[in-house]
Amino acid sequence: MSNWHWQEGEYEVVRTCTWSPPGEHPVGWSLLLYIKDGKLHHVEGDPKNPLTQGRVSAKFLELPEYNNSPERIIYPMKRDPKYRGDGSKWERITWDEAYDIICKKTRQVQKDYGPESIMTFIGTGRDLWHTVPKITFSAFESPNFNYPHNGWSCYGPRSSICVYVLGAGYPELDYATAFPEKRYDDPNYTLSKVALIVGKNPLVSNPDGLFGHAIVDMLKRGTELIVVDPRVTWLASRAKFFLQLRPGTDAALFLSMCNVIIDEDLYDHEFCENWVYGFNEFAERCREYPPSLAAKITGVDEELIKATARYWAIEKPGSMTWGLAIDQKCNGIQTAHVVLLFCAIVGNLDVPGGVLLGGSDREAPTSWWGWDELDDSIKAKRIGAAEYPAVSTACSTTQPDMAMDAIATDKPYPIKMTFTMSSNPIACPAAQPEWVSKVMQRPDLNVFADLVMTPSCASYGDLFLPVASSGEKDGLVATHYGALTLFVAALVKGVQTGECKSDDEIMLDLGWRLNPSKFPWKSLHEFLTWELNGYGVEGTWEDLRDSETGFVTPAYEYEKYAYGLQTWNGEPGFGTPSGMVEAYCQRFKDWGDDPMPYYEEPPYSPVSTPDLFEKYPFVMTTGARSWSYFHSEQRHISDLRDMDPWPKVQMNPEDAERLGLHDKQWVWVENMLGKCREMLDVTPIVKPGVIMAKHGWWYPEKGPDDTGHGPFGVFDANINNLMPHDKFGKLGFGTPFKCMIANVYAAEGGPDFEAGWPKENNYLDFQKAEK
Amino acid sequence: MAEKPNMAEGMLIDYSYCTGCHSCEISCKQRFDLPSERQGIKIHKHGPIQNPDGSWELNYIPIPTEVCNLCADRRAEGKKARCEQHCQSFVIKVGPLDELVKLMSDHKKQVLYNVTSDKTLYEPQF
Repeated sequence: MSNWHWQEGEYEVVRTCTWSPPGEHPVGWSLLLYIKDGKLHHVEGDPKNPLTQGRVSAKFLELPEYNNSPERIIYPMKRDPKYRGDGSKWERITWDEAYDIICKKTRQVQKDYGPESIMTFIGTGRDLWHTVPKITFSAFESPNFNYPHNGWSCYGPRSSICVYVLGAGYPELDYATAFPEKRYDDPNYTLSKVALIVGKNPLVSNPDGLFGHAIVDMLKRGTELIVVDPRVTWLASRAKFFLQLRPGTDAALFLSMCNVIIDEDLYDHEFCENWVYGFNEFAERCREYPPSLAAKITGVDEELIKATARYWAIEKPGSMTWGLAIDQKCNGIQTAHVVLLFCAIVGNLDVPGGVLLGGSDREAPTSWWGWDELDDSIKAKRIGAAEYPAVSTACSTTQPDMAMDAIATDKPYPIKMTFTMSSNPIACPAAQPEWVSKVMQRPDLNVFADLVMTPSCASYGDLFLPVASSGEKDGLVATHYGALTLFVAALVKGVQTGECKSDDEIMLDLGWRLNPSKFPWKSLHEFLTWELNGYGVEGTWEDLRDSETGFVTPAYEYEKYAYGLQTWNGEPGFGTPSGMVEAYCQRFKDWGDDPMPYYEEPPYSPVSTPDLFEKYPFVMTTGARSWSYFHSEQRHISDLRDMDPWPKVQMNPEDAERLGLHDKQWVWVENMLGKCREMLDVTPIVKPGVIMAKHGWWYPEKGPDDTGHGPFGVFDANINNLMPHDKFGKLGFGTPFKCMIANVYAAEGGPDFEAGWPKENNYLDFQKAEK
Repeated sequence: MAEKPNMAEGMLIDYSYCTGCHSCEISCKQRFDLPSERQGIKIHKHGPIQNPDGSWELNYIPIPTEVCNLCADRRAEGKKARCEQHCQSFVIKVGPLDELVKLMSDHKKQVLYNVTSDKTLYEPQF
């Protein structure tokens, strides 16, 4: 019997692994697709997956409803740019027509303005971080690959800092991925005594290469937790040490904990003397942050700070996983730097049960595909690259705020065409979304590749390419975009929906038409084999699909720095200019910042803007993830929406009582930059004085036409109305999405469409004809 | 007709580690194709509430409803109950009560359910 395809009663069964769509990080849920009459009927978890072991999230259990939903767009379509914003003007076209429109416009822009006047847009975390860059650099031959999240405030900063400070790929929790058979019981693995979780709720978010519930597996075996979070998450409730800090103050906390470890002589002398560059200067810096000061800044008890630091220094090995809360602040680079040093100085880097490190020197190696082959004159035109080398040295993208400014102003040159794959800027990553929706009217042609009509495409899209989902495509899933490959698995196509194509197929189709020499593969499978081999796995994609589990975990080498595996010349050490972990980072100094970590108040806070804080007296964090949704996706899936029906803002009961507000009432969340309407969730999960507001909201049931709040009511619901454009750290990274200020007050009623959902739309009836 | 549950069987929940991820709820709801307002197993929440010693208590406890037939038909085919299969924390175990009682004494914060109904309210759809 085939390992991946069989008949079971009335069902055809196809084994696949998953990445995105639906929106998801590379968790690699292995699924058995149960197919009936050519449609996905239901899914079951595949117990043969050594990491997830048959477990499946609610979102991926809902894959059939997602793939078969009436909102799904399954044929290419176009709309005359003069009718942007009008949902009734879309018309069905063929793939050839769609590609002809793209190719014709590409040639015209390349000729009249230069290829740099084409910009691509991408969404976070998805199965696209090789696809979109390759389309950008090799098909369009433009240097402008853009992730439209202000200050690049997700993953890129953490990953880049790891490159600059450690000369290594992204650090990850050691959850025994390298031992697929015995896992935690393998003699070459050591269970972490303690796991540090900073600004992250991985049970829900499963980010980038971490299956979140692996932490629960470790807890059951005795791992203790240190959780640094402004909210009492489930993990915080199980933590030995829970440090509930004021949002945005992490750097002060970690500097003071390093201070305790160094001051009390609890650090790993051998490691620090041999492998930490600038240790003495760093020790001096830490002395500026005694626990008493950090307690005042962060709101965390001084004795708790000391006890946590001591425990971390003594109980080894300690592992660590960090979240985008690190990135979403102007002080994020310094925060990432000091968290890495907190791991390094006690000897937890790259040891079994410690902090895993990738061997690479680039932020996400797959996101550089095609870059090297661009002409130097084109490379030099990448927007923001010269101004922010800390961004452009490790990341292959633009600086996102400057990219949006370029579209708005035609400076340094106009952007005439955009290509957006699975990104929904005005509902999710972009600050000041109403302004962005106006700016994005400026290019002549805006192409979207997606699964449903989004607020962004409704507002400014001209061409829609329908994308295949998990279960509908052959592909690969691998963690950390080539920077730290913990596993690789095969995505296998079970069904075809309408005329949808996978992102990789769209990439190849465009490449073969526009610049075939840079797309030498003759078929999708030939390309996937090339990709697979690039992750260090031998054999063909078909071999992987046909194998017993369809899933491989490349061998992992611990303590690479000791054996010459972390440098490019084979010498022991780290892949940095000094060959050491850089507590003192000369490159940061060269780029105009302090070479060592420091704490800086958020740009808007009770301390830095006391006058504004009087008017907007809450410290606001945003963006906590939901079991139901991946950022701005899935609001149209009924079982998921039932679990989390409205955008919520969490507030402590003391504050609610003082303000005369009650649970489940609609409120305005407002500051000097804008406002949005959310539903109040009164809960002790946040401290008094702090609120957490959900992100990524829009209302599919509201329809695509602007009735006063933008397409699908997006500007009523979008918390990013309150976020600043062009406000990020000195090195080009970090917008304060997680440490803003705001006020909350009662709204007169909820959104006008509160009663009843989901309401089926009929504005794209022609898309349903053959479903 | 759906197979009736065996009265000598039940469901053990280790709620020390239930994270409230909803995989059990969705698994069951799909299997019986339940309407929006119905559940075959429903997660209840207690907390977060701060204890006098400063620690936090937060519990999620799934409760099977009268829809549940302990997946007797699936288990007869050698599969796990659908909620047990997909539970992200491996905190659900369905089986003979006497075996579950033994597992229960292993550590704190566990709850054992007997069969919830001897009727068939909904037919499994797969």
